[in-house]
Amino acid sequence: MNKIVEKQRLSELVFKFVVEAPMIAKSRKPGNFVILRVGEKGERIPLTIVDSDLEKGTITLIVQNVGASSGKLCVLEAGECITDLVGPLGKATHIFKAGTILAMGGGVGVAPLYPIVEAFKKAGNRVITVIAARNKDLLILEKEMREYSDELIVMTDDGSYGKKGLITEGAEEVIKREKVNECIAIGPAIMMKFAAQLTKKYDIPTQVSLNTIMVDGTGMCGACRVTVNGETKFTCVDGPEFNAHQIDFDEMLQRLRAYKNEEDQAKKK
Amino acid sequence: MTDYSEILKQERNADWRVELRNSVANKDRVTVERVKMTEAEPSERIKSQTCEVNKGLTADEARREASRCMDCVTPTCIEGCPVSINIPKFVKYIEAGKFLQAAATLKEFSALPAVCGRVCPQEKQCEAKCFYTQKMKKEPVAIGYLERFAADFERESGKIQVPKVEKRNGIKIAAIGSGPASLSFAGDMIKFGYDVTVFEALHEIGGVLKYGIPEFRLPNSVVDVELENLRQMGVNFEKNFVVGRTASFDDLKELGYKAFFIGSGAGLPNFMNIPGENLNGVMSSNEYLTRVNLMYANQSDSDTPVLRGKCVAVIGGGNTAMDAVRTSKRLGAERSIIIYRRSRDEMPARLEEIKHAEEEGIEFMNLANPIEYLPNAEGRVAKVRLQRMKLGEPDASGRRKPVPIEGDIVEIDIDIAIVAIGVSPNPLIPACLAGLKMSKWGTIEVNEQTMQSSIPEIFAGGDIVRGGATVILAMGDGRKAAGSMHDYLKNKHNL
Repeated sequence: MNKIVEKQRLSELVFKFVVEAPMIAKSRKPGNFVILRVGEKGERIPLTIVDSDLEKGTITLIVQNVGASSGKLCVLEAGECITDLVGPLGKATHIFKAGTILAMGGGVGVAPLYPIVEAFKKAGNRVITVIAARNKDLLILEKEMREYSDELIVMTDDGSYGKKGLITEGAEEVIKREKVNECIAIGPAIMMKFAAQLTKKYDIPTQVSLNTIMVDGTGMCGACRVTVNGETKFTCVDGPEFNAHQIDFDEMLQRLRAYKNEEDQAKKK
Repeated sequence: MTDYSEILKQERNADWRVELRNSVANKDRVTVERVKMTEAEPSERIKSQTCEVNKGLTADEARREASRCMDCVTPTCIEGCPVSINIPKFVKYIEAGKFLQAAATLKEFSALPAVCGRVCPQEKQCEAKCFYTQKMKKEPVAIGYLERFAADFERESGKIQVPKVEKRNGIKIAAIGSGPASLSFAGDMIKFGYDVTVFEALHEIGGVLKYGIPEFRLPNSVVDVELENLRQMGVNFEKNFVVGRTASFDDLKELGYKAFFIGSGAGLPNFMNIPGENLNGVMSSNEYLTRVNLMYANQSDSDTPVLRGKCVAVIGGGNTAMDAVRTSKRLGAERSIIIYRRSRDEMPARLEEIKHAEEEGIEFMNLANPIEYLPNAEGRVAKVRLQRMKLGEPDASGRRKPVPIEGDIVEIDIDIAIVAIGVSPNPLIPACLAGLKMSKWGTIEVNEQTMQSSIPEIFAGGDIVRGGATVILAMGDGRKAAGSMHDYLKNKHNL
């Protein structure tokens, strides 16, 4: 049982939770995730660790209410407990001094991107961050991202804030303007697919963090299979970050729909 | 072993044993027919994931079956048992009607008797070495059924006996993973007096006993009672804890842990790497069984989904394949098919599981091997293309090798394919230990006598060493590791 010490609503559907987990706070690295479960018949949900506080022994998680299971988490309040929480899982992000980093975060994908941006900045890189959402209300972590970014570009689909347009349009402007050594993109699968196409065109090495279906998160079930460079990999133990230019995104998009009928049923309940 | 054979001899000469032995002539014992296990009707049991197939023996049946055992001078059955249970002693206690003593005898050797009585491949172990099998060419004493009877009797009597443990010696040790290897290890170490913590990554204790083996074969409530027994003996359980990740081995050493047993299992499912294997509807048996057994996805109030197909193909011929295919039947499949590349005779599954599957209307397509999965318009699996096989010369495993019959390819319509062709060692824990010697198959290399790894304070056993074996072999490793870790720590700490 892990106690929620703080809850904050970041947008209509997105919530931030600060959760007691002293050992994970100490051992986690950027890119790691946890698996949590709410209730005795709850589903195991993977979530990237956004931040941690060593002194308080807490980790920060950000979750979007998209289905029955994330909904159960989102209704919990400060003082209540998460039934099960395990981590840190997955390989940590390879942080190094690359020069100029272009970080792209779409929707709730801005949350897992945050610790990576922080780490790249602290490793001495110039970090240009592009964050995007459908509209102003859905944009999260702008202030936090600004703190670790040499430049922050905000894009909205409807132009209600920042520049109007897709995240890839904002990113391409930067690429055309200056030399970018390394890209990292996190967001909906379709966004990562287009981000990968963009940076491939300019031949910039790019990492993405995949949000595949998982059950155990420890390599046991293989639900998170993804084809990388023609080989099947497990996102939970071989990832979650992979070379974006080697991923079969169409297969991944298809696999994300594996339980769509069942999930639709669950939402109706 | 000389010590143990001496003990066996002494116990055999106890007055009650001699008296019991002499009360019935062997010529009369051998005329008794082996007991038949009462089973739930196939048509009934396939309606429920939790309806146990084997109903267990009645007290009368158990005593009659136990009377078949001739209490041999040299009990070869024990040689067939990976944890060396004193089989004649517990069997004779059953014959004498002293069922609780029979259960206590089992617990001297095994942390999980109710589990072993249900899932051990007895026909390849104790029962294969029984005098009846070896010398008389008759059906062996039903040792497995009797083990289950004694363990169940104790549990249902409400008089559960907690085995005696030595005085605490204050030395902390850790078992990593909470499957059969670790539980058996923990049971022995707590008896020796250590302060034992079992670390488990999942949210449930029990490892494969919980996520893998379905409830119709091994009810979770049976496992829970055996876990409770270990708790009563003093074993601590920490779930949601990945050793090496949540805390490092060094962190745990700082917390005072002096030695570690790694029993993290072979969790990584193997796939065949054939076209279409990543289509939706194709999954590992681990995924399928975990969703149902651990996450209760078959129940309407569970948040975890599971795919229910009309026609489910399960690839493989082992116990896991049988578990998966029989589960699919219980989840409402119209056709549930085993696809296996060899023939029935080479199947690694327990005979009883194959028999139960056949009774439940599982179809067997033997001598067939998938070569491709084909999708429907929505990108879900719709067909599997099979290469027909024939048996050739025996291979390294001693079984006849399957060879393709050229040009003999068939396609069958399916909507789910479950791949149950084995597992590989889970790299998660070993990857966190620099300097741990691994084999090229990803298993931990240990001294086979002591189960000690290349790092002196780290021992290992079960599937992380064997690569994919049985519950009871894992338990045997756990016992062996406990014995040698005890020796190692005694020397090191002058106990």
